Amino acid sequence: MNKELKRVSTAVLLMFVALFASGTIITVFQEENLRADPRNARTLYASFSAERGPLLVDGVPIAESTPVDDDFEFQRVYNDPLLYAPVTGYFTLNQGNAGVEGALNDYLTGTANDQFFDQLNAIFTGQSPKGAAVELTIDPVAQQAAWDALGDYRGAVIAMDPQTGAILAMVSKPSYDPNLLATHDTSSVITAYEQLEADPTSPLDNRTIGGTLYHPGSVFKVLMTAAAIDSGEFEPTTEIPNPPTLQLPLSNTVISNAQGSTCGGGATVTLANALRLSCNIPFAQVGASLGEDTIAEYAEAFGFGSRIQVPMSATASIYPDGMDEAQLMLSSFGQYDVRVTPLQIVMLSAAVANGGELMQPTLVERILAPDLTELVSFDPTVYSQPISAETAETMVPMMVANVDSGAASNARMNGVDVGGKTGTAQNAEGTPNTLWFTGFAPASDPQIAIAVVVENGAGFGNQVAAPIAKKVFEAVLNK
Amino acid sequence: MTSELTSAPETASIRVRLRQPARLRNLELVLVVIACAVGGGALVLTQLGALGQTDPGVLMLAGVLAVLVLAMHVSLRLTAPQADPFILPVVTLLNGLGIAAIYRIDLADGDSGWDAAGVRQIAWSSIAILAAIVVIVVIRNHRVLQRYRFVSMFAGIVLLILPMLPIIGHEVYGAQIWIRVGTFTFQPGELAKIALAIFFAAYLVESRDSLSMVGTKFLGIRFPRARDLGPILVIWAAAMAVLIFQRDLGTSLLYFGLFLIMIYVATGRVSWVLMGLGLFIGGAVIAGQVLGYVAGRFRGWLDPFNPEVYDAVGGSWQLVQGLFGMANGGLLGTGLGQGRPDLVPLAQSDFIIASLTEELGLAGLFAILALYLLFISRGFRIGFSGQDDFGRLLGVGLSFVVALQVFIVVGGVTRIIPLTGLTAPFLAAGGSSLVANWMIAAILLRLSDTIRNQPRLVV
Repeated sequence: MNKELKRVSTAVLLMFVALFASGTIITVFQEENLRADPRNARTLYASFSAERGPLLVDGVPIAESTPVDDDFEFQRVYNDPLLYAPVTGYFTLNQGNAGVEGALNDYLTGTANDQFFDQLNAIFTGQSPKGAAVELTIDPVAQQAAWDALGDYRGAVIAMDPQTGAILAMVSKPSYDPNLLATHDTSSVITAYEQLEADPTSPLDNRTIGGTLYHPGSVFKVLMTAAAIDSGEFEPTTEIPNPPTLQLPLSNTVISNAQGSTCGGGATVTLANALRLSCNIPFAQVGASLGEDTIAEYAEAFGFGSRIQVPMSATASIYPDGMDEAQLMLSSFGQYDVRVTPLQIVMLSAAVANGGELMQPTLVERILAPDLTELVSFDPTVYSQPISAETAETMVPMMVANVDSGAASNARMNGVDVGGKTGTAQNAEGTPNTLWFTGFAPASDPQIAIAVVVENGAGFGNQVAAPIAKKVFEAVLNK
Repeated sequence: MTSELTSAPETASIRVRLRQPARLRNLELVLVVIACAVGGGALVLTQLGALGQTDPGVLMLAGVLAVLVLAMHVSLRLTAPQADPFILPVVTLLNGLGIAAIYRIDLADGDSGWDAAGVRQIAWSSIAILAAIVVIVVIRNHRVLQRYRFVSMFAGIVLLILPMLPIIGHEVYGAQIWIRVGTFTFQPGELAKIALAIFFAAYLVESRDSLSMVGTKFLGIRFPRARDLGPILVIWAAAMAVLIFQRDLGTSLLYFGLFLIMIYVATGRVSWVLMGLGLFIGGAVIAGQVLGYVAGRFRGWLDPFNPEVYDAVGGSWQLVQGLFGMANGGLLGTGLGQGRPDLVPLAQSDFIIASLTEELGLAGLFAILALYLLFISRGFRIGFSGQDDFGRLLGVGLSFVVALQVFIVVGGVTRIIPLTGLTAPFLAAGGSSLVANWMIAAILLRLSDTIRNQPRLVV
């Protein structure tokens, strides 16, 4: 009997060893994952009972926590909610967070690693914990001007400082009121969320960095021109054949220029004029000549295919691969399967405006601890150098000509040189064209780069999108 | 050496014999006082942590318990002076920690008076300690129990069937394992495990020779004759059937394990274990296919974080809440009264281990498991050093049933095995479990006393 007893004792011991091990795994090795699980109500209670840090624009809070008398102690309040919704996002009890609220949640709740000593300090001094304040790069003047200029259109405006990458304006319409999602009554939050979700105009989408991606149409020619010149295959004066129509190789599709005729007359047209007059056929030929690989390389350097963090993740813009020649030619003036965010388009202009150096776009100026010490300051960082300084220098006058005496004339300003490019992308039959403008001003020392997109306007980008950009330029430069 | 041997060997041995019992009981007294102090300290800390002040009412009630534990200690001095000195302190400490953890949830939920599970637990603890004293005082020689083997068998079966009777049967969370008279509920299955352990031990002592020697060989395994096996298979099948109809997976596993281990220890035949495991795995697979709630438990065990499983009815929501709680505790815990164990469902009963781990941390969990191990090892000592096979088998059976119950509960909460509805012995809220486990402790105390006393045969 003793032999069996020994075996049973061993078995019991092993059972307990397993319990010791599983207890250790849960409390030590899985601890972080379990704490970070969004379904963990403890993390939620902790993040609500701490005073969440504010989001500041020029020192004025656009989102702040005010004390209330319920379980959660603080209520998140959004000031000017519709205007800033794409930037702030929302902070809900248990339905997830979006925007800067979501991307910088750790700092705002005070649980980021940089704040470890503050947490310790709060424990020893018995103070209630506080989150850090986030100062945004948004320029309230630019933001308001963009909001007003966009009017009742569905669409988006994003503006950035090409020299630093600071995002000056981020407007998306239609917008929504994040206060509705921040109440502590879960069922009314869910109702509000479901209504916004069901809305066919998708107010929850931040159209500047996500949502349904757009066809770029002719604004893609900025990238094509940059690639053409930077690769050394073309110069602004290079002559390109100029037929009124062109049948795509191995295809029945016939393309034409927006004007319905040749590009400015003559048997050939220069690259500069093709850009200025925004002609499709010359760019189709430029694309065929450069080849998919070269264009893809430039697209990637400009940010295509990357989920850029601003700090929330933008949807990656798409330059398709594996195209046949007809598809390559269509994509070369921004049709076929090229899909972009307005952020990607403003990055094209910003790189050209900043001597070929593309700055990392960001919304965050700096993060301040409750005692106003600086936890993080965002020094301008270079995202990439997609084109050389010479290429950029060559392109600036080409884009200025486009506004001065070309297809983007409605962005023209008195006394200030503006560089720009419009676009009118065709979508499926029966849906309106996507109207674009992207550009920068002043051309001599660019302070602002912009991308404007309008989903439901009539006519061309120059008629609808360019005047919107002009109003934002005026607001910023006349300050 | 030789001079010392001739000097006073006899007086030395006499002195040891005379002083040993008192020494054992004095050790027990010291440990019991420490256990009561720790339990009381846990209550005070809980109050300070959750309320910021002390509340003497509950502490007075707990004081009554301390007096009862001392009464048990005195009855041991009188009737079982040579009993094991560790069992009573360990059990007292576990019971005390359990009360603190249960009371902590009452504080969070704002329950007081008889609505408070903590107060009810204190009341039940007194009843359980009284029951243990009665066992110690009445059963002076454990071999008496061997005479009542068939009474035990029938008592076990009746206790198991009781909850299925129409008027007094009572269903909670889908498991029909309670009886209710008025507002008074009881889980008779807990007592049945003692009755069945007594029956198994008595029966196996008698028939183990024929069980292990005689039989026909088939596929290299010796199968016993039907008439040797009959009674045990019958009672096992009855227990399993009742438990499957009562939908209580954990208890079913518990009885099966008890049955298997006792038969293995009695006969020394590995084939029994293999056969039994085969039967159980087969049964579990079939149950998983047929019974929805068993399948749900398996899915919840394997993939608890999958949103579909998490949100499903009978899914892994409960289990994951427990995991969140334990993770919140980390290495050292949040401190008593300072976590949020009230966010975990059934935090006073099935998930009390998660509650305690949240507030006492991994360190606290290890301490609790170590206390259980100590209790179980004292029980196994009876198996190793006892003189009569009935006592040895009973001691092993009863301590193994506690070991297995701890494994099923803690293993279920920490995801070693699928979650089943069992209570942590001595810790969790539940009167029937407390009474049964204190009685087990009393029987083990009696067994350990008789080992040293070498009782005469009474059969």
